[in-house]
Amino acid sequence: MSTELFQKMAQSVIDGEVELAEELARQALAQGIDPLAAINEGFVVGVNTVGDQFACGEMFLPDLVLAGEVMKAAVAILEPEMARRGTHREMLGQVVIGTVEGDIHDIGKTLVATMLSASGFQVYDLGVDVPIARFVEKAQEVKANIVGLSALLTTTMVRQKDVIEALEEAGLRPQVKVMVGGAPVTRGWANEIGADGYSEDAIGAVAVARQLVGA
Amino acid sequence: MARNIQSITNPRLRLEILSPEDVRRIHTATLDVIESVGVRFPSERALDIWAAHGAQVDRESTVVKAPGHLIEEALKKAPPAYILAARDPAQDLPLDGNHVFVGTDGCGVEVLDLESGQRRRSCLQDVADIARVGDYTEEVAFHWVAVSAQDYPPQTRSLWELAAIWENSTKHAQTESIYSEREARAAVEMAAAIVGGKEALRQRPVLSVMECTAPPLGHDGGSLDAALVAAEFGLPTGFMTMTSCASTAPATLAGNLVVGNAEVISGLALIQLAYPGAPVFYAAAQTVMDLRTGGYTGGGPEDFLFGAATNVLSDFYNVPLSMGSFATGAKTANWQAGIENSLSTFMASIVMSDMLLGVGLLHGSRIWSYEQMLLDCEIFGIVRKMMEGIVVDDETLALDAIRAVGPGGNFLSQKHTKRHMRELWVPRYFDRRPYNVWEERQDGAWEWAHEEARRILATHQPDPLDPTLSAEFRRIIASVA
Repeated sequence: MSTELFQKMAQSVIDGEVELAEELARQALAQGIDPLAAINEGFVVGVNTVGDQFACGEMFLPDLVLAGEVMKAAVAILEPEMARRGTHREMLGQVVIGTVEGDIHDIGKTLVATMLSASGFQVYDLGVDVPIARFVEKAQEVKANIVGLSALLTTTMVRQKDVIEALEEAGLRPQVKVMVGGAPVTRGWANEIGADGYSEDAIGAVAVARQLVGA
Repeated sequence: MARNIQSITNPRLRLEILSPEDVRRIHTATLDVIESVGVRFPSERALDIWAAHGAQVDRESTVVKAPGHLIEEALKKAPPAYILAARDPAQDLPLDGNHVFVGTDGCGVEVLDLESGQRRRSCLQDVADIARVGDYTEEVAFHWVAVSAQDYPPQTRSLWELAAIWENSTKHAQTESIYSEREARAAVEMAAAIVGGKEALRQRPVLSVMECTAPPLGHDGGSLDAALVAAEFGLPTGFMTMTSCASTAPATLAGNLVVGNAEVISGLALIQLAYPGAPVFYAAAQTVMDLRTGGYTGGGPEDFLFGAATNVLSDFYNVPLSMGSFATGAKTANWQAGIENSLSTFMASIVMSDMLLGVGLLHGSRIWSYEQMLLDCEIFGIVRKMMEGIVVDDETLALDAIRAVGPGGNFLSQKHTKRHMRELWVPRYFDRRPYNVWEERQDGAWEWAHEEARRILATHQPDPLDPTLSAEFRRIIASVA
């Protein structure tokens, strides 16, 4: 009986149906199904299918992002029961991400955050125009494995360097890896400022993040 | 010496891409969005202006909801035509609906070095060199800041870039790299120094200011403050939307036009509320998200349609348009670049977009290529020739010449041929040589453009800027730092 429910869960992710996924998550709780099983044997299967279809060119980025949203919504419903049972999902790592101070550009950063979250990272999105100290505080607070810094302007790009220096001063390097991105950011710039990872797009960013945490 | 400028004028081709009913529906939808959804204006000054004119202002979210009549009445105050002045008055550009002018693209972050061939970070010397080639090139009518002077501090970088352009070209400068009130005020000082004061600057705006919106439905605070300063001193001011289907705009093209239109006309309305009658322009480079990477595409059929559709909108609001064309997503000056830049430029030109941005950048406006710049100029030359259309009159029907030659002869030695042959387009970069000549050298457009760029940089001396002006620029910039 749960097999059929798991299949529906996977399909709800593939179809990008948030409300349906939430309803299926509630059904699982009502039936006393282990929430961790619902995630791993239901929703994650859908996420993986979308990922595979994306890789072979059959599905597109909006499919991936929507799958990530569905997953997030379903997990939110299952989380209280997981906490009650004392179980939790195995995450690939803790990521603190944001757009640097003076820069309000949101979409690239949000896309990377969504993709990392959908790929099994715990993501803390600090938003845009984030002060240097805020990155450091949050990285300390959540014991971050990765800090992601976005910038769209050549004038704000320099802040990425400032954050790396601040992380160093706070003694958080090298246990915190730094990833940088944004339209004007290049691999050369990433190397020069001592960043550990760089990607030009969100899909590449997931691969880089996995590599940085050894997953 | 200062060079002639080639523009498209008196066009004979036409395209109806949107019907009057289509435009009315886009306009109505746009006003609905501005009034019921709102647009973000994260600037105290901008919010004060909106509030003073009765718009609904949320200070916390910075979202402004303005009634349609407020937007419409404000836009009516915008002048329909004006000039972009140049250091050399012979190079002034009338934005009158009957000219299409090309600028350099901007703002790139890397340069394909002309000598080493290597890709490297852009610096101030690149801004100067590109301005000098632009000064020489007849197709380039005005300058954007083509690449970022990343060897200069962010606080004054935009001002050093302007100084480098004016020191190397007599043509109009339009900056897209000023994002703060402080820099805008200094830029006004620099422009005023060139023309002999702030009153003269109103008559002869040698500088115009283009600010990007922050889609969907937002503006950047510093950019708004900078635009308000520019408008205060009569500098032509525009807002550019780069809404992208499926990411910062709906996946449908009409929906994209609505979101971008809401950003641009709300920005232009703000300027008119603050400074009624200030010269403003519409600017756009809408695109679609690449469905695989999420990236900016910089070309494709949707972009070409946007290129033609946007001038219909700016005509509806009766303001000039600065339209993104060229700006290929290709990594090198290749097949893709040729297709994208030709079609985008043709579609933006056939509707008589006033300004086209712009020549020279690859990879979605990130990497400067001198070769691409000159090949883009060639593309503009082709489009310009096409826009002349086919003239039909007694002289062009050429009956006398046809009678003189008769069946089986040829037209080579006809006076009529000699009279008209120079109207035919002659390529600089198309390969029309015999096959064996090509086979010996195996070269082509890229190599010829490469050599031409090197020749221009080695030989072209622009009309120099008065050294006291250069000194004045440095004093102004130092006062900001």
